[in-house]
Amino acid sequence: MSLLEIKDLRAEVDGKEILKGINLELEAGQVHAIMGPNGSGKSTLSYVLSGRDGYNVTSGNILLDGKNLLEMEPNERACEGVFLGFQYPVEIPGVPGTTFLKTAVNAVRRYRGESEFDAMQFIKFVRAKAKEFNVSDEMLKRSVNSGFSGGEKKRNEILQMAVLEPRLAILDETDSGLDIDALKLVAEGVNAMRSPDRAMLMITHYQRLLDYVVPDVVHVLVKGEIVKSGPKELALELEKEGYNRFFEAAA
Amino acid sequence: MTMSTPFLENYDDFASGLPGSDVTWLEKLRRDGNATYRSLGLPGPRVEAWKYTNLTRMGRTKFVPALNIEKSSLDDVPNGALDIDAPKLVLVNGLLRPDLSDLSELPNGICVESLASIMASDPARLKGIMGQIDAGHPMPMLALNTAYLSDGVMIDIAAGVDADIPIHIVSVGTASDVPIVFHPRNLVYAGANSRSTIYESHVGLGTAYLNNVATEVCISEGGLLRHRKLQNETEDSYHIAATAVSLDVRAQYENYTLNVGGRLARNEIHVAFTGREADCKLYGAYIGQGSQHIDTTTFVDHAVSGCTSREVYKGALDDNARGVFQGKILVRKDAQKTDGHQLNKVLLLSEGSEIDAKPELEIYADDVKCSHGATAGELDEEQLFYLRARGLKEAEARDLLVAAFLEDSLEVIDDEAPRDAFRNVISNWLVMRRRQGEG
Repeated sequence: MSLLEIKDLRAEVDGKEILKGINLELEAGQVHAIMGPNGSGKSTLSYVLSGRDGYNVTSGNILLDGKNLLEMEPNERACEGVFLGFQYPVEIPGVPGTTFLKTAVNAVRRYRGESEFDAMQFIKFVRAKAKEFNVSDEMLKRSVNSGFSGGEKKRNEILQMAVLEPRLAILDETDSGLDIDALKLVAEGVNAMRSPDRAMLMITHYQRLLDYVVPDVVHVLVKGEIVKSGPKELALELEKEGYNRFFEAAA
Repeated sequence: MTMSTPFLENYDDFASGLPGSDVTWLEKLRRDGNATYRSLGLPGPRVEAWKYTNLTRMGRTKFVPALNIEKSSLDDVPNGALDIDAPKLVLVNGLLRPDLSDLSELPNGICVESLASIMASDPARLKGIMGQIDAGHPMPMLALNTAYLSDGVMIDIAAGVDADIPIHIVSVGTASDVPIVFHPRNLVYAGANSRSTIYESHVGLGTAYLNNVATEVCISEGGLLRHRKLQNETEDSYHIAATAVSLDVRAQYENYTLNVGGRLARNEIHVAFTGREADCKLYGAYIGQGSQHIDTTTFVDHAVSGCTSREVYKGALDDNARGVFQGKILVRKDAQKTDGHQLNKVLLLSEGSEIDAKPELEIYADDVKCSHGATAGELDEEQLFYLRARGLKEAEARDLLVAAFLEDSLEVIDDEAPRDAFRNVISNWLVMRRRQGEG
């Protein structure tokens, strides 16, 4: 059984069909990249996987370890192991980072039937992770993402992934808005999270990120359909030739 | 339409039994209060200051003066008060109860007395001091409080005292068979260059009561008073509070008020700057559910130059709860270099909730910095989804965001322990509400 299985997935937003029959399988341990031009449905796919309101699935199936994700609320999906790394992490003034992380981790532990962390256990746990993923104590104390730079926000996303230990990580345009140093730091974090028990879906417009996080498979998404899949070299091809030939093919 | 003047049944008999009723000026003060209330009547929607807060239902309730019923045998303070480590003054149905109070740790230089005992034994001390509130507009409920002056506390803080221990006034309303009304009056005099902190908790037991409380605060030159209040009355009860503050040169007043309880609550605060370069901060939060009605009315009178005022109120209203915010900043002709800002922000958590906000700036000086702002909005969908995508149930995510929204109001409290005490009241309220929703 594949870790993630997407079958003939169709979805619409405001009555307009965006995903037009996606088929995709990820095995545990694999990293897949989904590349595509703006408006191809990349972010829609990430929101449909994580269960955002307003993204209407009209047909098809999404199975995570054989369980039907489409029947689950966003929080249940998260507890089952779906993690969405946001393209634009949301600022939440008034909620300290540690409070947020503790609430999230304990929600997931509760769901999985594990005992909740008390304050001391949690601080110990999160400090170790934060150190590993270059998140300072000061960043942890501040309100979630409030006033963070682009790089800090993305590092914070990776830290959340690290403490939630997902089965499936969907990273939506993780490279957007990062300079090369910030990008390297974030890529290091992503690589550290690669594991035989985990699958990752990297959604990206540019090939740049894939120099640092090398995928097993690359898919090209154009106008809501996967028009080509191939090995990592496909990304380089796209970088050189652009997406235009796929538009012509799709037209 | 005939004017309604409830609460005055058998007033004369009643008044003759009040402490100090044989003292001419005191008797006149009460009689004037009665006359003012009689002429104004119970405030209705036609009175501008009460346009959004309707007391009709309250006026139809047959409240019995607490003094006419047998004294409460209450032997412990009910739950719901602030969890603050401080000497405690307990008032039950408006009367000071020394047996429930604990003043053993009272800071040096702070004198606390029952108002009833001063009125009975040494009323001259109060003459020309008590009852000097001049709101600039009619306050019928305050006049009613004056008509019934019976008890309360007087807190006298000596000049220069720097009190590191606060004082906690706990008011308990307890009505068993019939609805009752009481009119406590509290007086706080903070001496020159003194620094002190007073907490108030308003809690209750049993059926409906009306707590019509008035507080007079006077801060002398260079004095600082932090005044923090929790209104957590029972769900059938009414809380009508008038607080009047006068600030001398460079005096500082900080007020924080958290409203969670009661069927109807009104907190009216008047600040009068009488000396230059004084500062006031009025902060607060209100949370309402069911059909609760919560009114915050402030009036900051910049009568002299160089004073600063800051107001930040945050509200969260669910179900059919209704909030009212009326904030007026008056800058008189001579009040140059005034710096006055006011902000009221509300989260409407349901279709049925409502806020009526009326910010008002009235400025007669030309060199001033003043602003006001009022917003009403809903929870942010992006934030909600972000939290849910991290494993939080929707209700849990909503509560976290509501608490975060109210957090700004707490910034005026600079110590962690009291801030946590207020925070806990908010989080308990959210947990209770969630349980009700799930039940």
